[in-house]
Order: sequence, then structure tokens, then C-alpha cells
Amino acid sequence: MGAAPCRQPKDPLMYSPTAARAPLAWAAPAIVIMLLFHYGAFVAGGWYAFTDWDGLSTPNFVGLANFRQVLTSAEARAALTNTLLLTFFYVTLSNLIGLGLALMLNGALRAQNILRMVFFAPVVMSPLAVSYVWKFIFSVNGPLNAGLEALGLEGATRVWLGDPDTALWSVLVVMVWQFSGLCMAFYLAGLQGIPTDLIEAAEIDGASPWRRFRKITFPLLAPAATVSIALPTIFGLRTFDQVIALTFGGPGYATETLATQIFKQTFAFGRFGYGAAFALVLTALVLVVSVIQLLVLRAREDRI
Amino acid sequence: MNRPSALNTFGRELGALALALLWCVPFYYLAIVSLKPMSEIFADPVGFPDQLAFANYAEAWRGTMGVSLGQAMLNSLIVTIGSVVAVIALGSASAYVIARNGRRMGTLLFFFFVIGIILPHQLSVVPLYSVMRQIGLVGNQLGLIVLYSGLMTPMSVFLYSGFVRTLPADYEEAAEVDGASRGRIFLKVIFPLLAPVTGTVAVMVGMVVWNDFFIQLIFLSGSPAQTLPVAVYGFVGEFSARWNLVFAAVFVSVVPILAFYLLAQKQLIKGFTGGIK
Repeated sequence: MGAAPCRQPKDPLMYSPTAARAPLAWAAPAIVIMLLFHYGAFVAGGWYAFTDWDGLSTPNFVGLANFRQVLTSAEARAALTNTLLLTFFYVTLSNLIGLGLALMLNGALRAQNILRMVFFAPVVMSPLAVSYVWKFIFSVNGPLNAGLEALGLEGATRVWLGDPDTALWSVLVVMVWQFSGLCMAFYLAGLQGIPTDLIEAAEIDGASPWRRFRKITFPLLAPAATVSIALPTIFGLRTFDQVIALTFGGPGYATETLATQIFKQTFAFGRFGYGAAFALVLTALVLVVSVIQLLVLRAREDRI
Repeated sequence: MNRPSALNTFGRELGALALALLWCVPFYYLAIVSLKPMSEIFADPVGFPDQLAFANYAEAWRGTMGVSLGQAMLNSLIVTIGSVVAVIALGSASAYVIARNGRRMGTLLFFFFVIGIILPHQLSVVPLYSVMRQIGLVGNQLGLIVLYSGLMTPMSVFLYSGFVRTLPADYEEAAEVDGASRGRIFLKVIFPLLAPVTGTVAVMVGMVVWNDFFIQLIFLSGSPAQTLPVAVYGFVGEFSARWNLVFAAVFVSVVPILAFYLLAQKQLIKGFTGGIK
């Protein structure tokens, strides 16, 4: 790359003096990769969504037929509702727990480093592995039911993953357990940026702990909240591993998500066109939700 | 006014400790179930094993479909390291171009790359799979390295860009005066200065690739190149009722990443939270 001929600027004023140090050509491989793997693949995938392609024969254009089916079929509706429910509660709960943990572990506690390490540890593990551990905990004769019986709560025992009323919430528990520590880390980083003299000044002025949190700490955590809400939202909308490991979408369609449907329709049933339509819906959802969220959350940050 | 009292702190400590113990419950099961003989698992789902069945590990290690867990781990390692190296090369060079190419061009390029972080790759994977299958990049490590290099470049450009922008041009100017070529300046002056971000990119991309399941399931399912998540998935499919073997396999699959976490904890958490001020 160093052998590239030195480009002589025709008009020195047209070029920033630093531009010549990093010729655009250096970014060319990455630009080509972006065009192939993101933009090109996106357009191709978008085109499949309007065809009946089965992965082998020539695709035929079918207009909006795939989308009509996405909006009307039972499994597609279940997938959409479940994805939205999971995402909403996952984001809310992991933020509440994460914020609580951060407030609890901010400041001089004995063993605070070890405690932080424990809460963050699940974040680094594969969601698949984590889900298998929980699958055992939730199993019919497993520790959860055994524990409930030991407490004399036989009535509360359930087939957690096999009951349409509890399956989705069991998946949610696994996600919240695994990723609350991530929100904790975001909020801890935010808390460390808040000057202590600000809090102390409010304390001297006689502000109650709740008031200090409400009026100082919480607003100043806005940048941490932005990441802590936006990232889990994207994770939540793409939920796949946990469902595949815990329930495979069942019982019935009780835990089907958009991502599991994309996988099943495309790679298990060979309906590439229909699967692509699903994926396009997921993409649209992620884009709309992310953009709205970022606009709202950034506006909150600007008000600090 | 009032310092946080010792009692108050003690209360918080106790609360935190209780929660941490609750949080450890799944880890407890991961360890004990993998060491139990089958007969003990549901007879006493909560307690310690009476006799330690290390044989579970030997059996789990053999894996399924002729791919041992060791082989799967090696496959995961090849895919992860290959992807990380490629993504570091692509990301650092591109971020440097973005930072040194004037405001408008830089911003344009930045968004050209970063938009790829938000777009879910579920849509792109469908056409990518069919093209890559035709050119022989399905069912082997190389295909996954190529794919992840493509998919993870936006994240790496994003992480590098934040840092490169703050680099003063003084070092480069000094090196230019000494007559060094531009390529040499980048490799010998700029890239070493990027070391902290390179660490972050390596850790973040490495973790995502190591743990990713969706893509690896699609591209490697049933192949001898299968990685750990695919191997564990296949293993559970075959031995679903034998929880002790399943847990031994799961345990083996999470040990590398947990060991890495214990060693590089600060770096890892910083990688996630670096953007928050």
C-alpha cells in the first residue's frame, strides 16, 4: 500500500493538509465489504421478500403476497407479539435491576469488585449455554419445582417451559438474569462520571436521598441510560438463541419470535422468499424503534 | 450533613451479597449437575453429588457426529481469531481514512459504515448464504471468517473512529519530515498509538463471534468445521435427557470465555462502557 503513487493535489486549497496522509484507497477493501455484506445483501434480501424463492429454482415475483401472510398467519402474529412483549419487559426489567445494582454497588462496599464481577459474568457467556442451564432449572422435576415443593408451595409448581401461560415469561427470566449485569455496568460507568461535590452540596442543602437521586443522579445518568436502553432493545428484537434452546418456539407458537420464524421458514422449510419478508419486517422494526429511541434519549441528554 | 452510617453500609452489603448468591444459583447447578451420575440428578435436584462422576466429562468431550468438543473449540478459536485479525485491519485503516479526510467526506464515510451496526443481519444472511453456498464458503471456517469480517466491520470502524479523531497529527508530521512513507507511518506510528482501541475491538468482536449462534448454526450445522455453540446444540439434541452430559458439555464450552473474563475483566467491561462519560 505504501507503494501507491503520491497524489499531487491540483489545488492545495481543495484538500485538507491531512487528507494526503490517508488515501481513500486504504478504506477501499472495507468499502467493498460494506457494499457486498451490508448494502448489497440488504437489497438482495429485500428483493427476495417479494418473490416465492425456495432457495433452488428461479424466483418469481409475487408482489406483496409474503407480507400479507406475515400480517395474517397465526405463527407470524404470535412471533410479532412475542418479540415486542419480550423486548419491552426485557429492556424495562434489566434496566431497573441494572440501575438498582449500580446504585447499590457504587461507593465503598467491601467486596464490591467481586460482587460486580458476579453480576457481569453471565454477560460474557453464550446465551445458548446459559439457556441450557436454565432449561434444567425450569424442568418438571428440576430445582425450581423441587424448591417450591420444599417451601410447601406445591400449588405453584408448573411445567414452566411447556405451559403456554409461563413459557414466554420463563424465556424472559433467562434474558434478564443474563443481561442485567450489562445495564449495571453502563450505569456504574455513568455514576462514576457524576461529581461527588454536586451530591454533597445538595446534601448540605438538606435534600433527601430520594430527592438527590430524582433531581441530580437520575438526570445525569441520561447518557448511560441511552446505551442501556438502546442496546438491549436491539438484542431483544433479535431474540433467537434463548428460544431455540429453551422451547424451540413452543408450546404451539407461544414463544415464537421474529428471528426464530426467519430461521425456521428459511432454513428449515426452504421458504427463502417468505423468510426474507419476515426479516424485512424485523429490520423495519429495529430501524423505526432505534431511531425513535435515539431521538428521544438524545433529547433527554441535551437537556442536562 | 450525615455521612452514610456504618449500619447503612452494612445493610447494603448484606443486600448485595444476598442478591449475588441468588445470581450464582445457575453457576452452582452448572458445576454440580455436570459431576452427578444420572441416577442422582432428579432424586435430589438441589444438593451436592454423593459421588463425583468425572466420567461425564470424558463422555461429553467425545462430542457428536465425529466432532469432539476439543475439535469444536479449535474451530471456534480459528474462526474467532481469523475474524478479529481481519476486522482490526479493516477497521483501523478505514477509521484513519475517516479521521484524516476532511469533515464532510469523513462524516459521510462514518455513516456509510456505522449504519451496518443497526441493520439486523437476519435479512442479509439469506442472500449471503445462497451466494456463499455456491462458491463453497458454507461448511468451513474460511467462510465464517469472511462473513464475520463483513458483518463486524461497522462495529470496529465505530470503535476506532472515536479514538482516531482525538489523535493529534504531530506524530505523523514528525515522521513525514523524517521521510517515512505513508504506509510505514500508519503501521509504525499510528497503529501502535491505537493499541487501547485495538484491545477493545479484539475483545468485543472476539466475544460476539465466539458466542454467536444464529450464523454458525446456519453455516456450519452438521459440518466437521462446527464451532462450540453448534456442537453444544447438536450434543443437546442427541443427549437431551442426559442432563449430566449436557452440563459437562456446556461447562466445557463456557470455561474458555469465563477464564478470559477473569483475566481481562477490566478491558472487557471497558469495551462495553467506553462510550459513556
